[in-house]
Amino acid sequence: MQFNNIIKEIAATDPEFPGRVHSRRSAMREFAGLGARISLAAMPLFIGSVFKKAYAQPSMGPVLEILNYALTLEYLESEFYATAITKGTALIPAGPATNAIQTISNHEAAHVSFLKMAITASGGVPVSKPNFDFTAKGTFGDVFTNYATFLAVAQTFEDTGVRAYKGRAAELVKGGDLLTAALNIHSVEARHAAHIRQMRKNNGFGDVKPWITGKDSGIGSVVQASYDGEDNTSQAGVNIVNINGQAISAAAASEAFDEGLSKDQVLAIVSPFFVS
Amino acid sequence: MMSKTSDALSRRRFLGYAGTMAGVAAFAASCKKNDDPMPDYGVDLGSGDIGILNYAFALEQLEAAFYMQVAMTPFSGITPAENALLTDIRDHEIAHREFFKTALGANAITTLEFNFSAINFSSRDSVLATAKAFEDLGVSAYNGAGKLIANPDYLTLAGKIVSVEARHAAYIRDLISNGSFADNSVIDANGLDTSRMPAEVLSAASAYIRTKINGSRLPQ
Repeated sequence: MQFNNIIKEIAATDPEFPGRVHSRRSAMREFAGLGARISLAAMPLFIGSVFKKAYAQPSMGPVLEILNYALTLEYLESEFYATAITKGTALIPAGPATNAIQTISNHEAAHVSFLKMAITASGGVPVSKPNFDFTAKGTFGDVFTNYATFLAVAQTFEDTGVRAYKGRAAELVKGGDLLTAALNIHSVEARHAAHIRQMRKNNGFGDVKPWITGKDSGIGSVVQASYDGEDNTSQAGVNIVNINGQAISAAAASEAFDEGLSKDQVLAIVSPFFVS
Repeated sequence: MMSKTSDALSRRRFLGYAGTMAGVAAFAASCKKNDDPMPDYGVDLGSGDIGILNYAFALEQLEAAFYMQVAMTPFSGITPAENALLTDIRDHEIAHREFFKTALGANAITTLEFNFSAINFSSRDSVLATAKAFEDLGVSAYNGAGKLIANPDYLTLAGKIVSVEARHAAYIRDLISNGSFADNSVIDANGLDTSRMPAEVLSAASAYIRTKINGSRLPQ
């Protein structure tokens, strides 16, 4: 039977296909009633709609994987700030600086709790917290004793966090409330990044703006991977520099759009911070 | 040269999709015609992803117009650092506006007219309060519209813009009150930023937009 062959073909290239249409049998049932209910001319449309239904919603497996990926990054940020807070004024000046780090720390801890809850509610198992080494194997040896180093690592974490969520949002298309929650975390990380960057600027630790200019980290080559690709000035094939005769510099064109990072890029960036 | 070709291709793909949506919209409109004459409901943003892109285009037009005025008539007491970064924001918003205009092509809504009479552009407080309202509104608008977008590429594009709007919001908020970049007026107990659906956003923005906007066909 032709439709059976079609499904076999698809299942061969996409082993998850039968699961996507609930079960092979229900898929067959959907196809079997075709002759009676649908004219021959409408068949391609009907088949298309079955495939659309199967592929429109992300299946829970990939969604849970993305949520656990996010949870891992939030564990990293949460423990980073919680540890910094324990150092007190030996690390962070009292007043607005401590208040800001406390605000950010609270958010990261809330993200951890929220993602654990979301994963459990979605039928998954939250990954456990890894052991971290915030010196990145000695690269940032004074991260919890030197305010400048601490803020540099914080900036890198926040900017990378923004790019990490962004890089995987498209996989959650049509993800409904879970997508919205991921977006709502994503913009909080961007608010954090902007503030940390201003803290660095105001302390003379780096000539940075609240937004990312080109691929400049304002930190140095050691964190360059977190910023590579941020100098992109073309979106969806549209060149943003001087677009439609407006005086938009390459710097502004790159600042106006943050760029995503793939999972592999993010894991390569953060892996030195994991105790292996 | 390679990239130019692939750019042109992806542009064509984007516009091709937009063209299809326009066809559907035109068909729907022509069906409607036979019923009764349509009263003037204002500028129609459209439906589907095109509607959402036009919705974003409308908000970016609003922000760009506002910051153009801010840069032209700096508030009294503005510091060079503030002036520089507010000018940056102006350029970002113009870039966003022109990007949507170009990407939407024939499907783009018209240029909107604005009403900034409630804003005192010479007053730091008035300008920053309005900027804060616009930036927080923009962040919540993109966050809320994300789940209405069907095409993953458009979702990625919206994501590239919303985090820049969030950076603006944080900066403006800190100018008003240092440390308010992500306070509990925008971030909830779960550490989540705000989402707003188009109807609420358009209603809030309408105080500043003279042109009537009709978002009734946007995805729900």
